[in-house]
Amino acid sequence: MQIDWTAFTPGPALFGGILLGIAAALYIHFHGRILGISGIVGGLFRFQQSDAFWRICFVLGLLTAPFWASFLFGLHPIQDIQAEWGTLILAGLLVGFGAHYGSGCTSGHGICGLSRLSPRSLVATASFMGAGFLTVFFIRHVLS
Amino acid sequence: MMRKSVGLLSQYLIGVLFGLGLLVSGMSNPEKILAFLDLGGAWDPSLIFVMGGAVLVGLIAFYLAKKRTQSFFGDALQIPTRRDIDKRLVIGSVLFGLGWGIAGFCPGPALVALGSGHTKALIFVLAMLVGMAACEWFFSGNKRTPALK
Repeated sequence: MQIDWTAFTPGPALFGGILLGIAAALYIHFHGRILGISGIVGGLFRFQQSDAFWRICFVLGLLTAPFWASFLFGLHPIQDIQAEWGTLILAGLLVGFGAHYGSGCTSGHGICGLSRLSPRSLVATASFMGAGFLTVFFIRHVLS
Repeated sequence: MMRKSVGLLSQYLIGVLFGLGLLVSGMSNPEKILAFLDLGGAWDPSLIFVMGGAVLVGLIAFYLAKKRTQSFFGDALQIPTRRDIDKRLVIGSVLFGLGWGIAGFCPGPALVALGSGHTKALIFVLAMLVGMAACEWFFSGNKRTPALK
């Protein structure tokens, strides 16, 4: 294992992480819910009108975050998407299905679940991290 | 009515804050995620610091939240209570990790990248929604605990 010191950004990573933690904190205290993106989005497919509004409001917040980052702070972070269309479709299907089936993703299980010291979320996080490590290893060092 | 509108505004603003966290931390960039997942290459450990910062705040927040009887806006507190490890949890998480490793996108960052206007993020998000809908239809979604209705 070789650490890429030029790509490593501990400062912004820690600061951004704290912002994610504050958002999750506000969410549980204000709304009584786990801030999990797949849970918030996935709930839309239960077609309950009563809770569709707030789910959409939250998603609109995520979608407009780049605008506010640019407008308020002049930030235009790099978003380098190398994957091709077919790869993105396959990955999207797996991510959507898997997160919904496994009741959570990097935010719900990763951030909130670990913060709650939930054994289920610890297993989920270990499972998707492990699968992620193996997948990238296979694609970058076995296939190519 | 007033409280409902403030609640929706709060949803929006927390969404913005979470999105800003993803942008600032670099996690909305799939190549940075893939660099973290690539243990065999030039490894970028940044994601550990993102999780560390978030969980540090989260530990305190959830410790305090468990003492609440209801949320600030008067909603019931919906903190999951299940502790059993079932196949569904592991299989779902492994499939999710597989997709995460293929493109470097998970749901939050993909939505933020879509908001930045990336067509490729739109493709991913549409496929992700299809994946979620398929799961909901074929497996009636998450096994909901009684506490979650």
